[in-house]
Amino acid sequence: MADEEYIVVIGLEVHCQLDTSSKLFCGCSADFRADAPNTHVCPVCLGLPGALPVLNKKAIEYALKVAKALNCKIPQEAEFCRKNYFYPDLVKAYQITMGDNPLALGGYIEIEDDAGNPKVVNLTRIHVEEDPGRLIHMGNKERGHYTLVDYNRSGIPLIEMVTEPELCSPKEARRLLNKLRATLEYLDVFDPDKEGSIRVDANISIKGHERVEIKNISSYKGVEKALTFEITRQKNLIRRGGSIARETRHFQEGKGTTTSARSKETATDYRYFPEPDLPVIRVSDWMDNIVLPELPDARRDRFMNQYGIAVNHARTLTGDLHLAEFYELIAPVGSQIAASWIADILIGELNYRDMPLSKIISHAGQFKDLLVLVRDQQITDKAGIDVLRVWLDSLSGTGSPETPGQIVARLGLTRESGESFRGIVEKILTNNPQAIADHKAGKKGALNFIVGQVMKETKGKSDPREIHAMISEILGE
Amino acid sequence: MNDKYNAYLNTTEIPGTGSGILAGIRVSIKDNISTKDIETTCASKILKGYIPPYDAHAVTLLKNAGASIAGKTNMDEFGMGSTTENSAFGPALNPHDTTRVTGGSSGGSAAAVAGGLVSMALGSDTGGSIRCPAAWCGIVGLKPSYGRVSRFGLIAYANSFEQIGPLAANVRDVAKLFSVIAGHDKKDSTSVSKPYDGKVIPDIRGKTIGIPREYFGEGVDRDVAAKVREAITKLEELGAAAVEVSLPSMKYALPAYYVTCTCEASSNLDRFDGVRYGPEPEMNLPWHDAYTKVREAGFGQEVKRRILLGTFALSAGYYGKYYVKAQHARQLIAKDFASALKTCDFLAGPTMPNVAPKIGELTSDPLLMYQADILTVPVNIAGIPAISVPCGTAHGMPVGLQLMGRMFGEESLLNAALAFEEAV
Amino acid sequence: MVKESDVLHIAELADIGISSSELGKFTEQFNAILEYFDILDTLEVTGPLERPLVNIFREDEVTPCISQEDALRNSHNPEDGYIRAPKVV
Ligand SMILES: [Zn+2]
Repeated sequence: MADEEYIVVIGLEVHCQLDTSSKLFCGCSADFRADAPNTHVCPVCLGLPGALPVLNKKAIEYALKVAKALNCKIPQEAEFCRKNYFYPDLVKAYQITMGDNPLALGGYIEIEDDAGNPKVVNLTRIHVEEDPGRLIHMGNKERGHYTLVDYNRSGIPLIEMVTEPELCSPKEARRLLNKLRATLEYLDVFDPDKEGSIRVDANISIKGHERVEIKNISSYKGVEKALTFEITRQKNLIRRGGSIARETRHFQEGKGTTTSARSKETATDYRYFPEPDLPVIRVSDWMDNIVLPELPDARRDRFMNQYGIAVNHARTLTGDLHLAEFYELIAPVGSQIAASWIADILIGELNYRDMPLSKIISHAGQFKDLLVLVRDQQITDKAGIDVLRVWLDSLSGTGSPETPGQIVARLGLTRESGESFRGIVEKILTNNPQAIADHKAGKKGALNFIVGQVMKETKGKSDPREIHAMISEILGE
Repeated sequence: MNDKYNAYLNTTEIPGTGSGILAGIRVSIKDNISTKDIETTCASKILKGYIPPYDAHAVTLLKNAGASIAGKTNMDEFGMGSTTENSAFGPALNPHDTTRVTGGSSGGSAAAVAGGLVSMALGSDTGGSIRCPAAWCGIVGLKPSYGRVSRFGLIAYANSFEQIGPLAANVRDVAKLFSVIAGHDKKDSTSVSKPYDGKVIPDIRGKTIGIPREYFGEGVDRDVAAKVREAITKLEELGAAAVEVSLPSMKYALPAYYVTCTCEASSNLDRFDGVRYGPEPEMNLPWHDAYTKVREAGFGQEVKRRILLGTFALSAGYYGKYYVKAQHARQLIAKDFASALKTCDFLAGPTMPNVAPKIGELTSDPLLMYQADILTVPVNIAGIPAISVPCGTAHGMPVGLQLMGRMFGEESLLNAALAFEEAV
Repeated sequence: MVKESDVLHIAELADIGISSSELGKFTEQFNAILEYFDILDTLEVTGPLERPLVNIFREDEVTPCISQEDALRNSHNPEDGYIRAPKVV
């Protein structure tokens, strides 16, 4: 069977922690990550006998904001339910979540398909639920096979967004997640930088075969990896004449593979029923009062109109709230130069260093100074990149803090005019007769080698365009 | 304290402070109500040794009112029973006849008051658990309107039915204790803001009392019925008018109650796995196996039976047949009561169909025991308040008159009960 | 009609061990009790349920937690502040 006959169908369940101050059903601080285990707990989130939940209004407001941004409908009445199952991270042996009456229904998200065309992915529903605690130690032979649990995370509000099975590739799934993350971040209801703040379950099937669920993938990259692995696994199985079992699989982040969960774990009957300790909620009329901020798509369009930048730059820059804000700080230097330096250079340099944008946001002025030096041709583009790298290293703490101006001065990178390099150019031309011969024979790009040599020799202080002109002149062209 | 009725599971005495209205008064607390630093077991082996780090809201209010805490009282395990024989620590004994049960599940609280060990006690009433032992022990017990007393700290058996409420030897003490615990608590989402001022005055004149036909039907002991009829005659002598009414949906009451309470209980009690509290599970076993062993050893027969019934009723394929139908039945029953209470100020009938049985008499057949709740359960389904006041004896044992009032109508209900009490 | 195998399945769902003598007894009792519940199924489900309370919220305000000591107090052999639970792998 040819590869293109395998049609992949993917649906996602995305869980994001809502960035409230307190937990979903109690007043414990939700800012637990830096603290000792079991210090952000109370009778409610520890599930002590007799404790009762009281719903955090802000969590519902945040979820409604998301619902509005994603074009959902709000049913007249929503109801919390108990999902009953046993697991050591679940203090009450039930999770308070929503069942048949979720907070929001329908809605959609716009992404691009793999060919770059706009694509609408429909949502099934959005609901609010509580996060369980966290298993820290899974047991081993030496220390014993017991588990260690921290309940600080227990009761953190989660929003679960369920898509229809309309995604066709792991890359589309990745784009959908990126879009969701950006939207939630723009709405100021979610902090994507917090560890474990987003978790994904994915349903995946090859058309005509059974569906497999992959549980609890905890990174954006993981989703793409897990789905890619799973497609290959399923295709291979089908090719060999096997059949796909309808099952739940776990993603092994380290190995990039999925493994089958034991059937006892998945054959659970959750016995949903309405949570008797929480009255129903009727909030559809709150929607009119929700004022949405500018969302990623709108900002992308505005960037194109207001700054005249290309769609790919605009999309990249608006794909992350802080990046978009950073761009707008820098744009006065020159909207094009700012767009290309941030989207094409800075992001890569940050990723290379695993450095968050937040580290340089408070130094935006210095980045601006750097772009001014480049814009006014006081340093060359090449020197600019070198300065950027030294500057980022200094900010990330590996060097002493230095401004771009100081770096330029210390390394002597100020652009010099071509004439001062005439001697170097002549020397390199003399040393590379073959390149000149190739050039004269009409081989395109032969001179680039010479220019590169000059750049290297002049430590980037020369302007490649100027050097090009000088070579032509020397060669009498 | 000489606890000859096995009324207590724990007799730690916490002296009261301050000069509130309960200053100098010793109050006992049912052992399903959380008390900070005092063992709270629900009369279950699975909570043996559990020390809550917090007080139930009602306990905080008692302490603030100056009460001293005179121990935790015996009960049916997790409130599941109508005799207090389902305690893991032995049955409480009826002070009127120690070969008989106290009633339940708040049997220890009732025995402590009836036996003169304290003047007041807190109980909880899910399907009659305050009124039944009050009736059988010859004291007064009030089941408040749903939401009038905070459930925060009450270890849940059936959340949508139960309320903490007062038991005492007389109506004035019940009113006094109720005035302390009633009112809004923001820690309980089902709590409402209806405080009670404690000003009880005898008042029955001119009221209309509905006598539901179903409260004198088959299964109600003839002598008990006669005593209650006498009591109603007394109310008429005091100036009330008695009219016969009917509650046709009563036939759904017990099934709707037992379906709902076992469903809620099965979920509530799943947290007892030994990890955060309770007996230590075998840590090197897979969790399901470890939990299964802890729960097999920790729960008594009746608790297991109700957890399994509830688990069954909620399981795939049965939810619609049992739970959903039970909720609609509840609504019908509540409407019956509401319409009867539109024309009547109160409804009256026996609290229990019989007097306290001998120890061991009811425990053999669970269905027989469930049916003993037929006259108390409807009130929990409707959410309305009801009080049991002594109205004499039958077969040598106390009989309780049950007065049922309008939602949040405890004021006039207590006034009517006081009028009756003072007249007999 | 509930069979012993049904009761065993339910016991497994509820993580409760039951003895063979309990199994027989429970099965018999459940059949009697469930038959008694059957009257519910004669009810027509009509209209939505009434809601005495709706929209009960608290503000997003942080209140004090209990101490780690209190959180661990009723657990067994906690380790470095973590609560010990049975094995999961
Ligand atoms: Zn908490």
